This record gives sequence, structure tokens and C-alpha cells, in this order.
Amino acid sequence: MSAFSVTEPSKRAKGVAATLVIFYAIVTMIPLAWIFITGFKSPADAIAYPPKVVFQPTLEGYVNLFTTRTRQTQEFLDANPPENWAEEIVRQYDMVIVGPSKFGERFLNSVIIGFGSTFLSVFLGTLAAYAFSRFKIPLADDLLFFILSTRMMPPIAVAIPIFLMYRELGLSDTHLGMILLYTAVNISLAVWLLKGFIDEIPREYEEAALIDGYTRFQAFYKVVLPQAATGIASTAIFCLIFAWNEYAFAVLLTSATAQTAPPFIPTIIGIGGLDWPAVAAGATLFLLPVMIFTILLRRHLLRGITFGAVRK
Amino acid sequence: MTQTTMDRAAKATPVRVARRIRGLSDRAIAWIFVAPTIFLLLAINIFPLIWTIRLSFTNYKANRAGREIKEIGLRNYERILTDSDIWLNMQATAHFLVWTIVLQVLIGFTLAWLINRKFKGNDLWTTIIVLPMMLSPAVVGNFWKFLYQPQIGLFNYIVAFFTGREPSSFEMLGSVELAPWAIVIVDTWMWTPFVMLICLAGLRSIPDYIYEAAEIDRASPIRQFFTITIPMVLPFLMLAVLFRGIENFKMFDLVVQLTGGGPGSTTELTSINLKREAFEKWRTGYASAYAIILFVTVFGLASIYVKALNRVKER
Repeated sequence: MSAFSVTEPSKRAKGVAATLVIFYAIVTMIPLAWIFITGFKSPADAIAYPPKVVFQPTLEGYVNLFTTRTRQTQEFLDANPPENWAEEIVRQYDMVIVGPSKFGERFLNSVIIGFGSTFLSVFLGTLAAYAFSRFKIPLADDLLFFILSTRMMPPIAVAIPIFLMYRELGLSDTHLGMILLYTAVNISLAVWLLKGFIDEIPREYEEAALIDGYTRFQAFYKVVLPQAATGIASTAIFCLIFAWNEYAFAVLLTSATAQTAPPFIPTIIGIGGLDWPAVAAGATLFLLPVMIFTILLRRHLLRGITFGAVRK
Repeated sequence: MTQTTMDRAAKATPVRVARRIRGLSDRAIAWIFVAPTIFLLLAINIFPLIWTIRLSFTNYKANRAGREIKEIGLRNYERILTDSDIWLNMQATAHFLVWTIVLQVLIGFTLAWLINRKFKGNDLWTTIIVLPMMLSPAVVGNFWKFLYQPQIGLFNYIVAFFTGREPSSFEMLGSVELAPWAIVIVDTWMWTPFVMLICLAGLRSIPDYIYEAAEIDRASPIRQFFTITIPMVLPFLMLAVLFRGIENFKMFDLVVQLTGGGPGSTTELTSINLKREAFEKWRTGYASAYAIILFVTVFGLASIYVKALNRVKER
């Protein structure tokens, strides 16, 4: 046996590999860690030179993220003492909170559009994938390739006619319009991934159910669906992550009522330019759910990424 | 047409009874299951594509809906293909594509190869490395702009710390020389894990007995690497390159947030340029022709590439 066996790596080889991988992992986490800690800095600390790693944490960024504020005269401030901790933070700048910001709304839009389109693409995708997996469909391979090739279009190219079409149909800047659009983008991936999962379920199960007097439909939802549950769940996560992260369509097709968080976060403005702690706070709240999801569901997700790729 | 006994029997049975016995026919179910997906794709992908093709032969401007639309034949295409600015955008895109793919393949493969040493906890560290690619490119790109600030940014500070230069002496996003590299760095940071995961799947697909046989034959580790590992991972690697290529050809969100195409138009990738033409200058007809050219380019390159990939797989 040589010292550098691939099948049974030596202790030293493992140690060197672990050190390098962990080093890369730590370096790659620096920007994300920086987003997280910047969210708890004051604007002055955020732009300090040299960059501050030790600082007095404050919730100012989060307060600024969720509120709109105006400057007030000294008399007004004296007459109206701060009522809560958020007010007190704002008072340092002679300001008062006048209302909520749009961030909550935008975040909610992301949730509605993300979950709506995920549900729809997984629902339709499962049906189509089942049909492609089990039945003879004329030109099935061409259809599958066609479904996949729709992903090669640059989003901006698709956005031009969609923009015109939605303007005609009154779907511009609506939740429904965005849900339908994201579903159309996601469904190709959903069909491909789900077909792979359903192909793995032996046909004998359904055939046995059919012989027992189940209809095709019953066999589908009583036998196939439970078996495909894991696959459906991991497909759903991919669809959700795409819809959650999408920016190009959102920035072009929404402006007020249906705008999601990604086009909104970069526009959070403070005194004299971007309010970096508030931007960081918004980014943290927006990115954290995906990070937690990824870590919790790593087995299914990592398999899904390569699975989808390796099959095609 | 010849009728089988089964068909005749099916016709003789009243439809309602037949349904109660067997449910809907398989063919009907297949049709019902596939139809909504096909309909949605036709409505939101194919119909718009055809509309884009139609528009590309006109001088339509979407911000002036009332104006008469003139058919101008191939004029839009002619203008795009002879426009030297667009070739500059293509060059910027090519620079971005080539370097992101080279870096991601090198780093991604190395990482996968190291992770495949199966050290303890490799699973957790893999997940941590994968995190950036799961995040919103627009939000992350926006924050990288902060890291790249000349005086206060962390990136400049760290580079300055190791090179001894002044952190304010170079502007990653503001200088013509550095901006194309700034976007390459962020894309590499974000998408190396994708290449890594696919390489890892490739490495794990190599059965142990091949290496064991090579060891019995006293093949050196280097020889094993070049005659077993590389050829067996190559199809996977090529697939990863295909996906990254297509994705980065479409690249919009990350770069638009980082540089907005600037300084000047040094990082104005084709997608950003297309957005300007379509939604800022509102030259809808012209932009449609541009979109079609881009689509044909991606589709053509991808098809040629897939042919090459299949040839590698057959070997």
C-alpha cells in the first residue's frame, strides 16, 4: 500500500485536507459574518477605519430598517419624552419615529410569492413528472428538452414581452403575476428533479394497487405520493430558494404593491448615502432563513443539487 | 384502421361504467397531468418568445404605446451586429465567463478532491462552504459593494494588510483595471461550491476497486490521479462548466448590484446592456432583436458543447 491511498487515506493526508478545507470555509464565511455583525453596529462604527471587530452592539440598524423617522425641533423633543427603547435610540439624532418602513411589507411579499409559486410549481411539476415517468407520451424526450431549454433564456430577454403582456392583462406589480412567472421559471427544474425521484419508485407498487382495485388516480396519491415525499420536499426547497432570491424579474415587473425584498434592500437610504447597518440588518433577516434551511436540510439539498445536474 | 377486440369491448361499455371500473384511461390522465405545465410554459415562455421575435423586426417603443409600429425588417439585427459597443459588452462577458469558469473549476475541483479524503466532519464543512450559493445574489452583491469600499471596506483592508499598500490606494469597483476582476472574485466566491459539489459527486462515483487494482499494480499516486481520477471526473466537470457557463452568460443581479455595469461600461455584461436598451432607453424592438441574438448564441454554444460532452461520456 502506498502512503497516498485514495480509498484509505492516511491520517496525515486527512489532516492536511481537513486543515485546507476548514481554512477555505472560514475565509468564505468572512463576508457573511461581516454582514451579520455590521447589522449590530452604529453607522459611525460601520464606516470606521480600520474596520472594527470589537464595538458596542446596538439595535440601531434594525430600528432604522423597520421605521421611518423625521428630524424634530428641540422643543418638540423636550415636550415628548421617548416612550420605548426604539425611540431612545432614534433620539440620539434628534429624530422621532413616525411610522413603519416598507421593509415588513416587502418581506411579506417575498413570503407570499415564494410560497405561492413553490406550491404551484411543485403541484404541477409532480403531476407532469408522474406522467412523464409512467406513461408513453408522444415526443416525451423533445418535450422534456423543451421544458429544460426554457431556462437558457436570459431573464431580461423574457422580461420584455412579459412586461408588455402583463401590462395588457393588468398583472404588472401583482402577487398573482409574480407567482405565475416564478412558477413558469421553476417548473422546468421541478419536472426534471421530480421525474428522477419518481423514476426510482418501482412500478410494481402501483401495479399491485391497480390490481387491488385502486384507480390510477388513487394509486397515484396513495402509493406514489408518499413514496416521493422526500423528493417532493427537496424540490420544493429549491423552488422556494429560487423564488426567494430572484431579483431581475422583481426589479423590472414590480414597483409598489408586489415588490419583494431583494430589490428593496439595496435601496435603504440613511443620512448621507446608504445606511449600511440597516442594509446589513435587512440582509441578515433575509439571508438567515435560507442559511438555516440549508444547514438543517443539508443531506437532501446537497443531493438535490448534484442529482439534478448528474441526471441531465 | 383495425379495431382490436379490446377497443370494441371498451366502446360497447357505457362510459360511466367504464370509469367506475377503471377510472380515467391512462391516456386521459397523462394528458390531464401534463397539460397545465405545458400550458403555463406556452403562456409564459413560448408565447413571449414568439412575441419577442415579432417585435425584433419592428421599431416599437414600449413607453410610447400609441405610436404607429413600423416593420423595419432586419435593420435591428444589422445595427446590433455592426455596433462596436456591443462587441465591447461581449468582450466583457467573455472575460467574466472565462475567468469565473477557470477559477471555479480549479478551486472547486481541489476542494472536492480534499473533501473526498473523508476526514471527520467533512459533511458539516461542505455545508458551510455551500452557503454562499444559496443566497440572494442581489442582496449579497449589494453588500460586497460595502466590502469593496476603498477606505472603509473590509476587502481593501485585508488586502492592504497583507500587501502593505494603502487601503485607499486602489478602488476595486471604481477603476477600469480592477472592476472586471472584482466581479470575477464575487462570482467565484459565490459559485465555486456548485462546481465543488458536482466534482464531489463525480469523485464519489468512482468505485474503490479501480484504485485498489491500480495500487496492486504499483501505479504511483500521480499516475492514479491522471489516469483514473481526472478522466472519470471529466464528464461531471464538463457538466458543471456547462451550467456555470449558461448561468454566467445570463448574469445580471450580482453584477448590476456590484458595479451597475461601470466604471464606464467595463463591466457592462450583455444582460445589463440589454436591460438598458429595453427598460431605460425603451428601444423595445431593438432590444428584442438583441435578446434573440443572445438566446441563439447560448443555445448554439450549449448544443455544440453538449455534443462534445456526450463524446467524452462515450469514451
